[in-house]
Amino acid sequence: MADKNGFFDLSKTTLSRRTALKGIAAGAGLALAPGFVRYSQAQSSAPIRIGFQSHRTGIGAAYGRWYEKTSAAAVKAINDAGGIAGRKVELVIEDDGTDPARGAEVVNKFAKQHKTDIVFGTLFSHVVIGSAPAAGENKIPYFVVSEGHHVASTKLNRYVFQPGITDVKSQIQSMAPWIAANAGKKVTQIFPDFAFGYDHRDYLPPALKAQGADVIAQIAIPPTESSFTKYFPQIPAETEVIYHVMVGPAVLTFVKELGEFYGSQRPQLFGFMDSLEATDINSPGLEFLDGSHFWEGSPRYAQPDDSAAQKAYRAAVGIDDNGAAVGDPKDVSTASHMFGCWETLYVVKKAMEDAGYKGPEDRAKLVEATEALKEFAEGPEHPQGPKTFNGKIHQCFGIQNISKVEGGKLKVVHKTKIEDGLYEPEGDYTTQAL
Amino acid sequence: MRDASPAKTYALHIGVIALLFALNFVLPDYHQGLFARIMALAVFAMGYNLLFGYVGLLSLGHAMFFSAGLYGAGLTVYHLGWGVPEAFLAGVICGALLALVVGLLALRTSGVAFMIVTMMFAQVFYLLILYFAAWTGGDQGLVIQQASRVFSIGGASFDLTDPIVRYMSALSLFAIVLLVTLAVVRSRFGRVLVAIRENEERTKMLGYDTVANKLAAVVASGAICAASGAAYALLFGYVGSNFASIQYSILPLLWVLLGGAATTLGPLIGTLFMYYVTDITSGFTSAYLLIVGVALILLVLFAPKGIMGSIRQRWLGWLP
Repeated sequence: MADKNGFFDLSKTTLSRRTALKGIAAGAGLALAPGFVRYSQAQSSAPIRIGFQSHRTGIGAAYGRWYEKTSAAAVKAINDAGGIAGRKVELVIEDDGTDPARGAEVVNKFAKQHKTDIVFGTLFSHVVIGSAPAAGENKIPYFVVSEGHHVASTKLNRYVFQPGITDVKSQIQSMAPWIAANAGKKVTQIFPDFAFGYDHRDYLPPALKAQGADVIAQIAIPPTESSFTKYFPQIPAETEVIYHVMVGPAVLTFVKELGEFYGSQRPQLFGFMDSLEATDINSPGLEFLDGSHFWEGSPRYAQPDDSAAQKAYRAAVGIDDNGAAVGDPKDVSTASHMFGCWETLYVVKKAMEDAGYKGPEDRAKLVEATEALKEFAEGPEHPQGPKTFNGKIHQCFGIQNISKVEGGKLKVVHKTKIEDGLYEPEGDYTTQAL
Repeated sequence: MRDASPAKTYALHIGVIALLFALNFVLPDYHQGLFARIMALAVFAMGYNLLFGYVGLLSLGHAMFFSAGLYGAGLTVYHLGWGVPEAFLAGVICGALLALVVGLLALRTSGVAFMIVTMMFAQVFYLLILYFAAWTGGDQGLVIQQASRVFSIGGASFDLTDPIVRYMSALSLFAIVLLVTLAVVRSRFGRVLVAIRENEERTKMLGYDTVANKLAAVVASGAICAASGAAYALLFGYVGSNFASIQYSILPLLWVLLGGAATTLGPLIGTLFMYYVTDITSGFTSAYLLIVGVALILLVLFAPKGIMGSIRQRWLGWLP
């Protein structure tokens, strides 16, 4: 790299008084430029800019793509209906690489460079936790769609919200009554040996205990494992239900080897759809799952009793009856989670309108208005189902679906109640200063 | 490398520090924050450069030293409620001790074996962080609350979440490490390290204890990288296992190669360059890592000694 101008040669970098004055003059000129004036005068009609922290690359890319599709559909629906308080909504997208360090930079970029009104859309827990300090320091509301318990744990800060998807603690707790009553009372858990697995390891046993059932064995599998057969002899013979939450590319091998281990005589199987998001349930090797049950946030397959709102949501996002992209059956969606983007954007709309939000100077009002929300009725804005919202822990609570694999499709066989997933708050964000 | 008068060399480095100081007042908000992060991570690269550039030991495990500092500082604040200065010191000490232990074992090897051994130690460290998730937060990590990132010295209170305080803190650390590094590489010790890199057998024959010198370099390198990690935890409020992953062992190597190995200013230039290429290109395409890769290939082809290394080779032979 020839560098005859000395651009990279810092020894030639001198800051003379004249240069410094030129720089200051240029900066002042920029701040007073006509574009800045026009923007501030027209702020009341300028679009509301939502910074979308997207997992475009990295481990979360499959989710990120569908989160973008769903958010774009929600923004279009909101704009077609008049926007937020009469102002159009605009998504500003930045890739966080599914990396917490980059995630924090992206939040800073939204707050300081793009000057978005809020930040939205993060899924992976480590990115949420890594980005939360930046949101708090910039005092920019940060609406995540992560399902992690981190928001409700009140370990983050007052600017972080999760109003569009339930958290994993609530989901697990909601599953326990059905498992105990329908699948069996002696449960063996198989989970990945990292945080997602630990949530299930820690929250399921007390929830089952309350229903008169027991976890009789917990088998943690290292995330680097690619073959699972050696773990299966650890499953106690009296096991009535295997509760599995393996995630990642090894899931297909896990299911195939479990099938080979048990043959046709197997205990009941219960899993979380996180294992198979964006994966075709009819993929070779998954035949063993036929007849087993899964938690689903929002059903992947269209159901006979789908509400008009659910049908409209699916059409708007562009997923067919099998939960794949319209026109591309192999492009399977992340239906169990992505609805949270749609619903979160409608919560943002409601909170902004309640707060009389005009611009970044009203962010504190927006936080308080969001905290004041209590419930969201099922309908076009909340097609997954009704929800309540606890403003103290910034977390919503809703219904969950239990689906059975039948004939290569997932059929919803049970819907839980909101009350099944409620738990005692672990703190109170509203006591923190704004 | 031609020798320059100390005054000229120190003037250049103090000039760079002064320039960074001045940038605090002219950079837009976002870039001010980004520069703070870059300076903190440039310290990581400087620590890596001390071992890789001057001793010629290519480690693939420096993420463990960075994260030893990160967790040493982060966990003492999070679990023990320590103040910022004590936590920072704890982080540096953790990194230095870890480097001493790893150095004693890994320096029995050299070349490719040294790379593999350091990588394996780093992997053990990474898995230990996941294993002790109840304390470390595992792969999700921990947030250091804003209230825990405030400290006072001599009655004056400093809030590390304040952009100016954060920038100046990162600059202070960067400046200290830069000047210390410069002093080290110009010292007798630094000359011995370079001699080891050029011909270890001959250095040994001349009567130098090469193992002791290499061990001292590993410990100094580990302590500097840990200082970077400790600063990162306290300045940005997040402690997570991804900083201990192999990616963060590769990154300082890339920053140093890009900026110029065995140059004191190369680590800063390399970190700055990589950060801005990523930041700018990610706004246009999700294939930004491809662009970063192409930039690296072009550099290898046309400036194999890195940016500062090429400048030294072609124009300024006296650069340290």
